[in-house]
Amino acid sequence: MSALVSIDKLTVQFRGDRGWITVVEDVSFALGEGECVGVVGESGSGKSVTALSMLGLHPRGAARFPSGSILYAGLDLLRASQRDLRAVRGRDIAMVFQDPMSSLNPVLTICDQICESLRLHQGLSRAVARRRAIELLDLVRIADAARRVDEYPHRFSGGMRQRVMIAIAIACRPRLLIADEPTTALDVTIQAQILELLRDLHEELGMAVLLISHDLGVIAEFARRVVVMYAGRIVEDAPVDVLFASPRHPYTEGLMASMPPLDGGADRLYAIPGRIPDPDEPIPGCRFGPRCPHLEPVCSVSAPELVAISETHRVRCTPRTRPGVRG
Amino acid sequence: MTDLAVGSFPGALAPRRRFVLLRRLAAHRSFQIGLVLVALLALAAIFAPFLTSADPSAMKVRFRFRPPSAAFPFGTDNFGRDIFTRVLYGARVSLWIGLVVAVSTGVIGAAIGVLAAQFRRLDPFLMRCMDALMSFPAILLALGVTAALGPRMDSVIIALTVAYVPAGARIVRASALVVRELDYIAAARIAGASNARIMIRHILPNSVSPLLVHVTFVFAYAILSEAALSFLGVGVPPPTASWGNIIAEGRDYATEAWWVMLFPGLGITLSALGLNLLGDGLRDVLDPRLNWRA
Repeated sequence: MSALVSIDKLTVQFRGDRGWITVVEDVSFALGEGECVGVVGESGSGKSVTALSMLGLHPRGAARFPSGSILYAGLDLLRASQRDLRAVRGRDIAMVFQDPMSSLNPVLTICDQICESLRLHQGLSRAVARRRAIELLDLVRIADAARRVDEYPHRFSGGMRQRVMIAIAIACRPRLLIADEPTTALDVTIQAQILELLRDLHEELGMAVLLISHDLGVIAEFARRVVVMYAGRIVEDAPVDVLFASPRHPYTEGLMASMPPLDGGADRLYAIPGRIPDPDEPIPGCRFGPRCPHLEPVCSVSAPELVAISETHRVRCTPRTRPGVRG
Repeated sequence: MTDLAVGSFPGALAPRRRFVLLRRLAAHRSFQIGLVLVALLALAAIFAPFLTSADPSAMKVRFRFRPPSAAFPFGTDNFGRDIFTRVLYGARVSLWIGLVVAVSTGVIGAAIGVLAAQFRRLDPFLMRCMDALMSFPAILLALGVTAALGPRMDSVIIALTVAYVPAGARIVRASALVVRELDYIAAARIAGASNARIMIRHILPNSVSPLLVHVTFVFAYAILSEAALSFLGVGVPPPTASWGNIIAEGRDYATEAWWVMLFPGLGITLSALGLNLLGDGLRDVLDPRLNWRA
């Protein structure tokens, strides 16, 4: 599998009250053509920031990238001109957001909004774009597409709006779809439908999907590879079955333990103690240290490296990646 | 002008509410009254040549200071000019000035407001300029501009537009700042839309409804200010009739010939009243906070 997008040592800093704050640090992973990768982590772990960097959507002046690159088709998306970025956005890389209620412009019809990227990138005429919009609504399984295409967003429910968002995202057949918590704002049955839709489209259209979620269940269902992020860094990166069968990082273990068991056996769910550190106050050594049940003296002294413990499995934990423990 | 602080509710002009809005407007009592008043005055102005056969500046010294009668419904002034005719033709000038000022305030205000909201670098500069203009009382500023440009109708329009643009720009900027952070703006950007496209197609239509209300009030203020400027002698120069300069010319004879000042004064009062009622209606319907209470 050749790499479609490769993120290399990405570091993102935001302007804070007292200088620059590092919110994402040393993130490297690659997305293969047609691959489906999940990114998990708590709120504030840098998942969305990483995704937005891929589209150059951070406000200029408020964010900077001291190191790293995001290569797509020979273009470094971090340093590309607005013009180049505009050409990539929507055509090659598209994105679906968390909240479908605010992702559609209330004053434009569904047709206008689907046609926007079609007309921008493919220069389709109004009539052709409209026909394409109806096909797309059919594709995302909206009933009576020919009539509903001319309606305004307020007539669509949350789940349907998310379908419309997906239709907009796939309008130009992008090679990568970034789905940033696409089901978080929806209720459970709709969640399942949207995920199924995403999976079908992923298979039918052969596009790569980067699924961002804090829900391991969603990730397990969908992704083939999982990147676990914590406090702006990748802590573990493994194929989904490996990760669920034998998580190596204590944080991943904690996440697994805090999922409700299917048999309903537990009275109380496990919660990882403490909270995600403030990026304002760097922690020496391992960032997960203060919350880690397996803390060793070495952890608070030196920051762990992301070590490959097998060809497909990378872990950032000093005790767990010592030569003797590997394998 | 705190009464103009209407809600910057995103999507207040959303089409889902367009028909509902029209229906609600049509049912709004003060909107109805305002609409009738403004429509009557506008019709009178448009059809002035058909409503009177007289020439607004024709002087018949023989008929000086005639009180209202069948021949001269509103009486005559010191030159024997028919006040009825002059008020009708004055309506054309006054309402035209009001309309042009309102429209240009709306357009320029919207443009500056959206630009300031979209380009953060430009924002401080634009807004400090607006602050500077706002720190003068509108009429004083207009007085200065007309004094500089000379007393012509164009300079009155320019002066009043300069005076009223800042408030409009601030109103639009405030709601555009809310709208630009919404997900559908990011979605449009991800679809590959340019800055210009985002501003015109996505931000502007979602942030203009407070401005719409403001503009109806500007219409009324502009008519009042034109009258004030003409009264002070820096407005529309005689012999062209405007409500303001009819009053200005009549003030020397106010005790003997009260009708000279009364009728243009009524025109100003009724148009300002009508437009304010219209604006109130619009505000009630467009402001979601008031809707919730109702």
